[in-house]
Amino acid sequence: MSAARDEILGRVRAALAPSAKTERSRVISRSYRDVTAPADPVSLFVERVADYQATVRLVSAAGVADAIAAETEGMHCIVPVDLPWDLSNAEIDDFQSNDELDTFDAVVTGAQVGIAETGTIVLDHQGDQGRRAITLVPDRHICIIRTDQIVAGVPEAIAELNPQRAQTWISGPSATSDIELTRVEGVHGPRRLVVLVVY
Amino acid sequence: MSGTFVGMPAFPSAAREALQDDQLRRNLANATGVIRTKRAEVVDEVDNWEELRVAGAAIKDEVLLHLDEYLIELEASLTAAGAAVHWARDADEACQIVGDIAADHEVDEVVKVKSMATQEIGLNERLAQRGISAWETDLAELIVQLGDDLPSHILVPAIHRNRDEIRDIFVESMASAGKPAPDGLTNDPAALANASRLHLREKFMRAKMAVSGANFAVADTGTLVVVESEGNGRMCLTLPEVLVSVVGIEKIVPSWEDLDVFLQTLPRSSTGERMNPYTSTWSGVNDADGPQEVHVVLLDNGRTRALADEVGRQALRCIRCSACLNACPVYERTGGKAYGSVYPGPIGAILNPLMKGVGVDEQTDSLPYASSLCGACYDVCPVAIDIPSVLVELRTQVVDSHRGGAPDAFGAAMAGAAVSFGSPLPWKTVVLATGWAGRLSGPLAGRVRSSALKNVPGAAGAWAGARDIPALPKESFRAWMKRTGGQE
Amino acid sequence: MVTCINDAFFPETGKAVLRLLQRLGVAVDFPEAQTCCGQPMVNTGYIDEAVPAVRQFTKAFAGYDAIVTPSGSCAGSARHQHKLVAERSGEVGLADAVAEVSPRVYELSEFLVDVLGVTDVGAAFPHKVTYHPTCHSLRMLGVGERPLQLLRAVRDIDLVELPAADQCCGFGGTFAVKNSAVSTAMGQDKIDHVASTGAEYLVAGDNSCLMHIGGMMSRQSTGVQTIHLAQILASTKVMAQ
Repeated sequence: MSAARDEILGRVRAALAPSAKTERSRVISRSYRDVTAPADPVSLFVERVADYQATVRLVSAAGVADAIAAETEGMHCIVPVDLPWDLSNAEIDDFQSNDELDTFDAVVTGAQVGIAETGTIVLDHQGDQGRRAITLVPDRHICIIRTDQIVAGVPEAIAELNPQRAQTWISGPSATSDIELTRVEGVHGPRRLVVLVVY
Repeated sequence: MSGTFVGMPAFPSAAREALQDDQLRRNLANATGVIRTKRAEVVDEVDNWEELRVAGAAIKDEVLLHLDEYLIELEASLTAAGAAVHWARDADEACQIVGDIAADHEVDEVVKVKSMATQEIGLNERLAQRGISAWETDLAELIVQLGDDLPSHILVPAIHRNRDEIRDIFVESMASAGKPAPDGLTNDPAALANASRLHLREKFMRAKMAVSGANFAVADTGTLVVVESEGNGRMCLTLPEVLVSVVGIEKIVPSWEDLDVFLQTLPRSSTGERMNPYTSTWSGVNDADGPQEVHVVLLDNGRTRALADEVGRQALRCIRCSACLNACPVYERTGGKAYGSVYPGPIGAILNPLMKGVGVDEQTDSLPYASSLCGACYDVCPVAIDIPSVLVELRTQVVDSHRGGAPDAFGAAMAGAAVSFGSPLPWKTVVLATGWAGRLSGPLAGRVRSSALKNVPGAAGAWAGARDIPALPKESFRAWMKRTGGQE
Repeated sequence: MVTCINDAFFPETGKAVLRLLQRLGVAVDFPEAQTCCGQPMVNTGYIDEAVPAVRQFTKAFAGYDAIVTPSGSCAGSARHQHKLVAERSGEVGLADAVAEVSPRVYELSEFLVDVLGVTDVGAAFPHKVTYHPTCHSLRMLGVGERPLQLLRAVRDIDLVELPAADQCCGFGGTFAVKNSAVSTAMGQDKIDHVASTGAEYLVAGDNSCLMHIGGMMSRQSTGVQTIHLAQILASTKVMAQ
C-alpha cells in the first residue's frame, strides 16, 4: 500500500528484531475476573447510579407508563422507533436534523446492559434505544432498564456486548472536573439523567 | 490559538521560574491533592487492583512485542468495517493527511475531541496555516485555547487555572471565537460549564467534520474507544458527517474482551471515578447512525524509536490517565509547562526522550533528571510502568551520549568517585581527610568542610543555598573502629 | 555496611548500629574494605563509573550471612541496581558475585523484625519524635510498618504522626543539586509538616534524606533535631525524674 505503511511496519520490525520474538500468545491471566459477585446487583446499581447525581427509581412493569408520563409531563419528547411503551406527547425518531433535535426537551429510550458495580447504563443503539444523536442533543434523558439486564461488573458487560454495534456507556449526567478538579454536572450531554429500573 | 512549546528552556530553569508563581503552586497543590484522595478511595474499593494492573501491563506488552502483526490486523478490521486507514510516519505527514481530508470536503472549521496525539503533532496550528479553524471542545482545552495558553496536564490541561482566571478568559475571549460569554458571568464552576455549553453548541450543530484521538483501538474488531466526561466527545463523534481519528500505533489492544481491564483501571486512575460519564465505541461506519465517512490515521512520530528501547518500551503501555502526574511531588510544585511538552510529569520525563532521542537537545536531556526517584509514580501506574527504572536508564543514555568529549563537572566528579570507591585505600584517605577537617576550627574548617562538594563546581552553592552543610565529625566511623575496636 | 556517608559524616549512626546489634547478641564485623554501594553514580547515569564500587562491594561483603545497613536507599541500590551494573559491565564473574551477595543485604529495620524477629529492642528515648518514611525504604524495599513497630516499642517515647508522611522530602541524591529549587521547595513542605507536629526529633532510616531536611531546618533555626532510627533504638536513656 503506501510508502508510509511499509516504512512504519519496517521500523516496528527493526525495533523488535533484537528482542527474542515469541508467538502471539494472547494468553493473559484473567484472574482479575475472579471477584465476589455483589449480593444484590440491583440495589447496588440503584445506589451507584444515584451517586452520580442521576435520578433513579424502581418501578413495576405495570407502572412504567405512568412513571414515564410523570417524568416527561409538559415536555416535547422524542422516542426511538421501537420503544415498547406509548407516549402520547412524543414524536418518533424520523432522522430529524441536528437543529430539530435541539428543539426537544427530552428523550425516552430503553438500554442494553446495566453495570451494578459502576452504575453504568450501556446503549448499543438498537430499535428501543435509537441512533446516537437522539440521546445526546435533548437536555433530558429518561432511560428504562429491566432488572434482568443488570450485570455485576465491567467484565460481564463486555462479555455480553457486541463490538460491531456502536455503543454509548453512560454513567450519570454529563459532567466535568476541569475547573479546579471539582465535579460539576451538566455540560454538553443531557444535564438530567433519569433511570427507571423495571422489576 | 494555543501557544507552542518550541524553544522551551531546560527543566531546571523552567522549574525555577514556575516555582516563583505562588498562584500556580496553590492551584496545583489544591487540585492534585483533591484528585489523589479521590483516586485512592476508588482504587481501594477494588479488591483485585493488583491483578488488573498486571493484566493491563501484560496485554499492552503482548501488543508491543507483536506490533507489526497487530497493526496489520487492525488495518484489516477497520477497512472491513468501512473506515479508511492512513499511515503517518511523523507529525508533518499526519497533519497533511487531516488537512487534505478537510480540503476535500471544503470545510473551513473542524470540531475536536480532546486528543493528546493531535496536540503532540501540533495539528491546530498546521490546520490554521491552511485556513481551517480547529475548535477544541473539551472544557479545559477550550480554556487553554481561548487563553492562548499552553497545556500543563494530560487530563486537565488547564489545571493551572483557577475559577477566577477562567471567568476572565471566557469574558475576554469567547466573543472573538464565536458566541460571547453570557452577561454577568460569575466564577461559579456550574456557570462556567454552562457558558462553554452555550458557546460550543452552535459549533457542534453546524460542524461538518470532527477530529478525535482514541483511547483504545481493538485489533480484531476495528473498534475505536473514546473515554470522556462532558459529552463534547459524543457530539464530535456523532453529529458531523466526516470523522477523522488520529491514533498512536501503541493504542492497540488485541481484542474486545481486553477492554474489561482498561475500562476499570482508566477512570479510577484518571478522574478518580468508578466510571467516567461517557464512553463511546464505534467500529467503522454505522448504517444511518453517525458519520458516514470515517478515517483513521495511524501515527508513529517517534513511537517506533521508543519501541526499540528494550527498557524504555514499557512507556508505550501508557494509557494517558495522568495518575503519575497527580502523584508526583515534582510535578505538584512546578506544573506541567516546565517539562516543555504536551506530555509532562513523570511519564513525560521518559516519553519525550524515548520518542525524540537523547543527546540532541539540552531540554530533552534534562527531563530524565526532573525526578527525585521517589517512586510514587510507579505505585499508582495502572499499567505498572516502572518509571524510576526507565528514568535511570535514560540518565545513563544521556551520559553515554556525551561521553568522549570533555567531561562536565558531574562527569569529573563521577570519574573521581569511580577511583575513590574502587578500592579501599583511596576511600580510606578521603575519610581520613574529613576527620582531620572536622578537628579544625575557625574559618579554615568551613572551607575544608565543603571540600567534598567542591569537586562539583556549583554544587556546593546549589546545596548551601537553602541548607546548612552538616558539621564534620572529629573522627570518622572507621577511624573510631580502628582506635577502639568497636568498644565504647 | 555502614555506608560511605555515615562513615565520613555520621559516625554516631554506625556506632549505634554496632551497639544495638551487639546488645541483641549478633556477632558484628566491620569489613574495612567497604567503600560505597555505587548508588550516586548509577542514579546520575554514570553506570560505568559505578562498576569499581560494585566490584569492591562484592569483595568486601563476600561470605557474610547478612549484610545490615542503616540506609533504605543503599540497601535498595545493592538489591535492585547491582545486577544492572554487573550485566552492563560484562565483567566475568561480577554478575555471579552480585547474585551471591546482594540478596543478603538488609535494611536495619528489616533485619531486626524479619531476621531477628524482634520489635522491642530494649530501647528508651524520653522525647517527642515524629517519623519520616524515606521513599526508597517505603517504595523500593517495602519496609512498611517495621520502623514504626520498632519505635512504638521504645520506652518513654512520645511518637507523633507526621502529616503527609509518604511525600518525598526532595533529597533525591544529585537531584538536590541538579534541581535544587524544586528540591528545597519539597523540603520546605516537609519541614513545615515536621514543625506542625511539635516534635523535638525527626527520625528516619536514611541519613542522606536527614542531611537535606536537617540542613534546611538548621538554616531556618526550627529547633527540631534530626536523628537516625538506629540511634533511638540503641538509646537506653531513661526519663529524668
